[in-house]
Amino acid sequence: MKSSNSSDPDHFHRVVDCQWGCPAHTDVPRYIRQIAQGDFTGAYLENRKSNVFPGVLGRVCDRPCEPACRRGRLDEAPVAICRLKRVAADLSDDIRDKLPPKGKSNNKRIACVGAGCASLTVANDLLPLGYDITIFEQHDKPGGLMRTNIPSFRLPAEVLDDEIDLIVERGVDLRLNTQIDSMKQLLEEGFDSVFVGTGAPRGKDLDLPGRNDTDRIHIGIDWLESVAFEHRDSIGENVLIIGVGNTAMDCCRSALRLGGKNVSVVARKPRGWFKASAWELEDAEEENVNILVNHSPKSFVVEDGVLKGMTFDKMHYEIDDKGELASSEIIEEVFLPCDDVILAIGQDNAFPWIERDIGLSFNKWDAPDVNEVTHGVELPGVFFGGDSAFGPKNIIWAVEHGHRAAISIHKYCSGEDISERPPRGMNLLSTKMGIHEWSYSNDFDDSERRQMRHVELTERFKNIRIEVELGFDPEQTAKEVERCLNCDIQTVFTEKLCIECDACMDVCPVYCLTITEDGEEDDLRQRLRAPADNKDQVLYVSDALPQTGKVMVKDENLCIHCGLCAERCPTGAWDMRKSQLKIPYASKTLEEEVNVS
Amino acid sequence: MSFIAKPKITHPGLPRNEIGLTLRDYEGSMSTLCAGCGHDSVSAAIMQAYFELSVEPHRVAKVSGIGCSSKTPTYFLGGAHGFNSVHGRMPSIATGANAANRELQYIGVSGDGDSLSIGMGQFSHAIRRNVNMMYVLENNGVYGLTKGQFSASADKGSKAKKGEANAYSPIDPVLLAISLGCTFVGRSFSGDKDNLVPLLKSAISHSGFALIDVISPCVTFNDHEGSTKSYAHTREHMLETVYADYVGAHEEIIAQVQPGEYRQVTMHDGSRVGLRHVDKSYDPTDRIAAISYIEKHRAEGAVVTGLLYVEEGSAEMHVTLGSAPGAMSEIPYEKLNPGAEALNRIQGRWR
Repeated sequence: MKSSNSSDPDHFHRVVDCQWGCPAHTDVPRYIRQIAQGDFTGAYLENRKSNVFPGVLGRVCDRPCEPACRRGRLDEAPVAICRLKRVAADLSDDIRDKLPPKGKSNNKRIACVGAGCASLTVANDLLPLGYDITIFEQHDKPGGLMRTNIPSFRLPAEVLDDEIDLIVERGVDLRLNTQIDSMKQLLEEGFDSVFVGTGAPRGKDLDLPGRNDTDRIHIGIDWLESVAFEHRDSIGENVLIIGVGNTAMDCCRSALRLGGKNVSVVARKPRGWFKASAWELEDAEEENVNILVNHSPKSFVVEDGVLKGMTFDKMHYEIDDKGELASSEIIEEVFLPCDDVILAIGQDNAFPWIERDIGLSFNKWDAPDVNEVTHGVELPGVFFGGDSAFGPKNIIWAVEHGHRAAISIHKYCSGEDISERPPRGMNLLSTKMGIHEWSYSNDFDDSERRQMRHVELTERFKNIRIEVELGFDPEQTAKEVERCLNCDIQTVFTEKLCIECDACMDVCPVYCLTITEDGEEDDLRQRLRAPADNKDQVLYVSDALPQTGKVMVKDENLCIHCGLCAERCPTGAWDMRKSQLKIPYASKTLEEEVNVS
Repeated sequence: MSFIAKPKITHPGLPRNEIGLTLRDYEGSMSTLCAGCGHDSVSAAIMQAYFELSVEPHRVAKVSGIGCSSKTPTYFLGGAHGFNSVHGRMPSIATGANAANRELQYIGVSGDGDSLSIGMGQFSHAIRRNVNMMYVLENNGVYGLTKGQFSASADKGSKAKKGEANAYSPIDPVLLAISLGCTFVGRSFSGDKDNLVPLLKSAISHSGFALIDVISPCVTFNDHEGSTKSYAHTREHMLETVYADYVGAHEEIIAQVQPGEYRQVTMHDGSRVGLRHVDKSYDPTDRIAAISYIEKHRAEGAVVTGLLYVEEGSAEMHVTLGSAPGAMSEIPYEKLNPGAEALNRIQGRWR
C-alpha cells in the first residue's frame, strides 16, 4: 500500500484519539502531563486555548474524548480526562494577566445574539484583534444554557461566573435583559458582522389528551431555567419525567432537591436506547431515581383541574440479530400516579425574531442553512453557531463553532474570502533526553481508573447548590495522570536508518510492529503479528527498507507509547517525537500565548 | 539496556496456542544486551518456536556457558529450568542433566567463542555422544563481551571495527559438526525468522544432537562495512539451500511445490519436516555431498543456510547406552541407590 504521509498534520493527529475525538481538539496528553508536573495554571491555559471554559467543561462536558481514549481499548476504562480537566481548573492560579488584553480598536463592531458559550467564544477570539463586541442577552445573567439548563449541583454558578468574567471584563459590551426581537432592526444598526448564538430554546411538547387541563405539566428546559433563576423552589412529591436524555437526568435530580420524594424517569424504549450519558444515568440511579422502560405515554389524567397521573402503553419490543428494534406491540395499559410531569423529550431551534423576508431561506426544521465550515448563511456577514446552527449538540461543539465563526468574521471584516481557511500545522519534536531517557513518563501504569468522590446522599439534598462531585484529591490525580498513554508522543520511523534487526518488533509488548512484504491494506492487515481488525485506526506504513525492500508496518490501534521500540533500536530509526497540533484561531496571539508556556 | 521493564499489558486479541498460552507466556526478563543485537532476535525466534509447538515452558531446560549469547537464556522462557555454567563447559552440564532426566527438552545456547575456542572439545564430544538436545550457536565472529576481538569463526580477511583484517582461517561449526557425525545440522540468520523459526521447530523435534549455527550480527563491534558477519553482508551473501518446513504430527502439509522439489523427513515424535529444495541439486541426507557443497560455496563467499544435513533414525545417547526409561527423579530411591550390598555384588563380578 502507499506509504504513510506523515507530513500531513492529520496523520499523527489521528493517533491522539482523545484530541481527534474532541470537537475543539484540546491537546489532552499535553495538559495531563502539565498536571502531572504540578503546572495547573499551564494545564488550565492549554485547555482554555481550545475549549475556553475548562472549569465548566471539567464538570459537565459530554466527553467525546473518553470513549475515544486508547486506554479504553486496552483495559476497558478510559483515562478520566474530564475529571483531570477539573483538577486543572480548580487548582489554577489567577490567569488574568496571562490573557491577551483587548487590542487597539479596529473600529469594527460585532453583534452577538445570546450570551451562551458560542457567542462568548467569538468574543474571546476577536477581542485581542481590537473588535468592539456587543453581546445581547435576554436574561439578567450571561451563560445561556450553561446557566439555565445545567443545575447548580453539577455546575456551581461561581465557576461559570468566573470563566465568563475572564472574557467579558476584557472589554465586551454585554447588554443584559435585552431581547432582540427583530433581525431586521439589528442589521440596520450598522454592525460590521452579526453572530447568532441563540441556542435551541424551545423544548418539545407532548400533545396528548389532558395536556392543557392543568398547570402541573412542565417543559423540561423551561422548568430547569425557572429553577436556575430561583423562580421556582418546590415541586410535588410524586414526579414523572418523560424522556431519558441528559435533560431528563438534570430534571429528575433537580426534582429530588425541590421536594420530590418519588421521582421516576419514564422511557419509551429499552435501556440500550437511552440518550443520556452513562455517567449521568449512573448518578441519577445513585440518588434512587426510578427508571421505567418500555412505557409509551398515552394520556394525562386530570380530575377537577388536578393532575392525578398519566396512562402509558406498556410495550414489548422484538430485537433482531443486528440488535435493532424490529417490532413492537402493546401489552397493557398502565396508570402511574403523579403530582407533576416534566417533559424532557428534546428541543428545537426557534427563530421567531428573524423576519422571513430578509434574504434568508429556512429549511424544513425552520432554521437557516448554515455552512459547516464557515458558519456563514445566505446573508453575507451573518454567522450562526452553537445549537442555533445545527440543532442541539453540546457545549464543546458550541465552543468549536465559536472558534470557526470568529475566523470567518475576522476574514469577512478584513475583506478576505471566508471559504479559504487557514491550514492546520504539526510540530514534531524528539523527546530523547539520554540513551534510554525520555522527556515523558514512558512506563506503563496498570492502575485502574480512579472513581469520583461524591457528597454523601444524606447531605446533598439539603440545598440544590451543593455540588455533588468533590473532584479528585491529590492521590487520585497523581494516579490518574499516569494512566495516560501519551499518545501524542509519536513513534516516528526513518526508513533509511533501519538495518532490519527486528529488535523493535521483538520488544513491542502489544505486537503492533511488523516487517513484511508490501501489499494492499486489507492483505497487510491479515499478515501483521497481532490482529489488526480495528479499521478506524490507521496503519503506519514505511517506504521500502534498504536491505530487503520489505516495509515496516505499525498498527496504531493499541500502541501504548512506551518507547521500547526506540530504546531497542540501534540506529535511531525509531524515535519518540512529541506531536503538537497547530490549530489556527482568529487571533494569532491566542496560539502564541499558550505555545510559549 | 532499558530502564523500564516490558509492560505486562498486551494485545487483547493475541493468538493462543494449543495449551492456551500466548507468545508473552514464553518471555523471560528484559534483555540487557546492546540494542539491535542479533541474539535478541534469536531469543524471539526461540520463543516463537516453543510457542508454536505448544511446549510447556517448565518442560524445557536451558543451559549455557559464558558470553553474550550465553546470557540470553535469561531472556526467554522464564518458566523453564536453567543452568548458566562455566565458559565452554555447557555441553558437559547438558549431557549430565540429560542423563539424569531424559524427559525434559534441552536447549543449549552458546557462541562462537564458547563453542569454537575454549569449549571446542566439549562441543565435539556432545556431538559424538549424540546427546538429545538442540544446540544453538549464536555466531557473530567477534568477542563482543571483551570489546570485539576476532573469534575463531571470523572469516579470513574480514575487517575489525578499526580496519585491521583477520589473518586466520575460520572454523566453520557446520562443517565441523557434519564431519563429527552430527545428526541434524542447520544454519540460519537472526534477521530471517521465516527461515529460522521452522528450523528451530524441526531441531527441537529431532531425536539426537541438533546444531543450528545462527549468524547473529554483533551490532556494536561487527556490523560495519568490511565485516563478513554484518546484517547487510549476510543478507547479500545468504544462499538458502533447503527450506525446512516443520509440520506437526496432526497437521496437513499445505505447501504447494513442484514434484521433485519437496520431500519429507519423519521425526521421532511423528511430526514431519518438509524440505523444500531451493537448490534442486542439493541432497541434505548425503553427508559427503553436503560437505563438498558447503565447502564449494564457502570458497565463493556464500553463506549457505537451511537444513543442511539430517540423518533419519539415528540413535541418541540413551538408546546407545540402553539407559532406563524415564527421569531418574521418578525412579524410587531404593531402586536408584540399591545400597552397599548391591555395589559389592556388582564389583564382585570383576574380582
